[in-house]
Amino acid sequence: METAIKEPTTSKSNFKSEEYFINMGPQHPATHGVLRLLLTIDGEIIKKVDPDLGYIHRSIEKMCEKNSYQQIVHLTDRLDYLSSHINNEAVCLCVENALELEVPERVKVIRTILGELTRIASHTLWWGVMGMDVGALTSYFYGFRDREMINDIFEETCGARLTMNYNIPGGLMQDIHPNFVKRVKEFIPHFRSKLPEYDRLLTGNIIFQKRTKGVGILTKEDAINFGASGPVARASGYSCDVRKHHPYSALDRVNFTEALDTTGDSFARYQVRIAEMWESLNIIEQLIDNIPEGDFKVATNAVIKLPKGDFYQKVETARGEFGVYIISTGTKNPYRVKFRSPGLSNLSLLNHITVGGKIGDLVATMATIDIVVPDIDR
Amino acid sequence: MNSISHIIDWFINTEVLNMAMIALIYLTVFAVLGLFLVLLERKVAAWFQLRIGPNRVGYLGLFQTIADALKLVSKELTGTEKADKFLYNLAPYFVIVTSLMALAVFPFTKDLQAFDINIGIFFLIAISSIGVIGILLGGWSSNNKFALIGAMRSGVQTVSYELSVGLSLLTMVILTGSLQLSEIIEVQKGGWLIVQGHIPAIIAFMIYMISGTAETNRAPFDMVEAESELGAGYHTEYSGMKFAYFFLAEFINMFIIAAIATTVFFGGWLSPFGITESLPWMGLFWFLAKTFVLVFLMMWFRWTFPRLRIDQLLTLEWKYLLPINLVNLVLMAVIVWLNLTIQI
Repeated sequence: METAIKEPTTSKSNFKSEEYFINMGPQHPATHGVLRLLLTIDGEIIKKVDPDLGYIHRSIEKMCEKNSYQQIVHLTDRLDYLSSHINNEAVCLCVENALELEVPERVKVIRTILGELTRIASHTLWWGVMGMDVGALTSYFYGFRDREMINDIFEETCGARLTMNYNIPGGLMQDIHPNFVKRVKEFIPHFRSKLPEYDRLLTGNIIFQKRTKGVGILTKEDAINFGASGPVARASGYSCDVRKHHPYSALDRVNFTEALDTTGDSFARYQVRIAEMWESLNIIEQLIDNIPEGDFKVATNAVIKLPKGDFYQKVETARGEFGVYIISTGTKNPYRVKFRSPGLSNLSLLNHITVGGKIGDLVATMATIDIVVPDIDR
Repeated sequence: MNSISHIIDWFINTEVLNMAMIALIYLTVFAVLGLFLVLLERKVAAWFQLRIGPNRVGYLGLFQTIADALKLVSKELTGTEKADKFLYNLAPYFVIVTSLMALAVFPFTKDLQAFDINIGIFFLIAISSIGVIGILLGGWSSNNKFALIGAMRSGVQTVSYELSVGLSLLTMVILTGSLQLSEIIEVQKGGWLIVQGHIPAIIAFMIYMISGTAETNRAPFDMVEAESELGAGYHTEYSGMKFAYFFLAEFINMFIIAAIATTVFFGGWLSPFGITESLPWMGLFWFLAKTFVLVFLMMWFRWTFPRLRIDQLLTLEWKYLLPINLVNLVLMAVIVWLNLTIQI
């Protein structure tokens, strides 16, 4: 007799569920630019997130090879446009280090103040967009209200509101505007009074906390393994603030605490950024009264030629560690320039921390990673 | 010939013509009301968001939405190639027709009521359930995954929250002993129901407002559209006037939810403490005033709260609102039984 061994039928119903594929982006409100996410979804649950880059690739690194060192600075504005001042500073510091050029104290202090203002401006915008991504549209306008004041300060001093181009190798393009100190001093108490408003509107909201707490958890190990930096890594307890560990410009003479959290969820990343805004205000306050007198630049040759060799400089932008790596052969153009952008390595986490969540979680988590697409796609 | 004159006789002798006239008036009035609710929402949003809001078209921007509506009327209707054309075209009508139908039963004053049926509350609940079919059809037939997700969310959400809407209204029906809306208002001459029913009535009102907001698919329960997740949700593929129907229906639904709350909890057209009892037409003013306060409350929700996630939405309904509601229903029954209601 033939014994037919039957496989036990696991599924008794004829109803079959199927994973499906959905294309989020390149034109989608949640992707903040032209990022395309290939999602594999089971109902509402995310099985796989595959970011597809290349929609805003402008070959900036290649363009750098054809330009002089003064010109490269202007290209870095177009990477992370919300930290444009800090990006400019990174290139200038790299070139100055290579030339062994000592910039005046005044330049260092002004660069730091502007850098921290940029950080606040970037974080206020992030905060607004964060609210919008979880469905609270009002925060967007509150964030922009405060960012506007910083933009006005920049406009007066640099002539531009977004792509500043204020740093040049050897110092600054021009001296600060006479109103600069006054307006920054006005801004500090203004923003100190507005930051608690942010907490009242969003941080304390029960729905917001439910949406972000315990969502998108990133462990410290993973943060290090994926090369995360900035607030994303610090929210997981990885102390990686370049300003603290490798201070540049005037950051070695200010007291500030590195915002750290150990939870590693979306809410932790949110709180780290809020804390960073407070810290940036502290840094500005310490420096704004002590801007030393002196020149706003040192003279460099009209054609800068770096000595032969490799040069690297990293800074802390609003999104994390931004590195500039220049290989020079001694000519007026770099042989190769590589930018280490914080956005790319932070984005690579996305699949890791969102799988298993809902579509809504993906959007909320992506907002806390705070990607700027031109920074990822260079 | 005989049959034609018979039909004409029937038209004249019955109230068909009257009904058609009333329907036409209602349609016009509430289409315009819907447009102004859109304007109100934009103004309220602007106040919340440190903006000015529309202020260019007409005095204080009063004609902004009229201009928008004209634009939408004149727009080309585009759609997807692979849509299920019949259902795709049918869906917006389901949504707009049901929301306009619901308006028929509201008593705006003692005499201004189109359709005073003895199952008014039941009619409202029934009609509001049909609207979701339009949303499901729209999302399904557009042949778009984002629209489909939105539609499925809508189905889940409406089926769940209907229970709470129904139960919280049922709690109040225990107090009134009638489903007829005019009757419910008569009962409230001895104090608004939210006062008469005190604690359970207040709980019922809060649950009603929460689930009513969810019924209309508005923030913080706007999972159906969830613009940061799904683009525009179920109406992603709709354009022009078909989109406008969905849009208008949302605002009329918001008005309906507020109007039900006004009728059932806040005495409908009754003036507070009977101060304008001698002027019956003032009822319209009181009705609209109360309704717009509640509409404003719903707008306040929308521009303050973040959106819930779909599983949190269902947890809220099935684990919290529904059990509270059931207990509340019993509590109300006990209060009515023991005659503990407050009568002024």
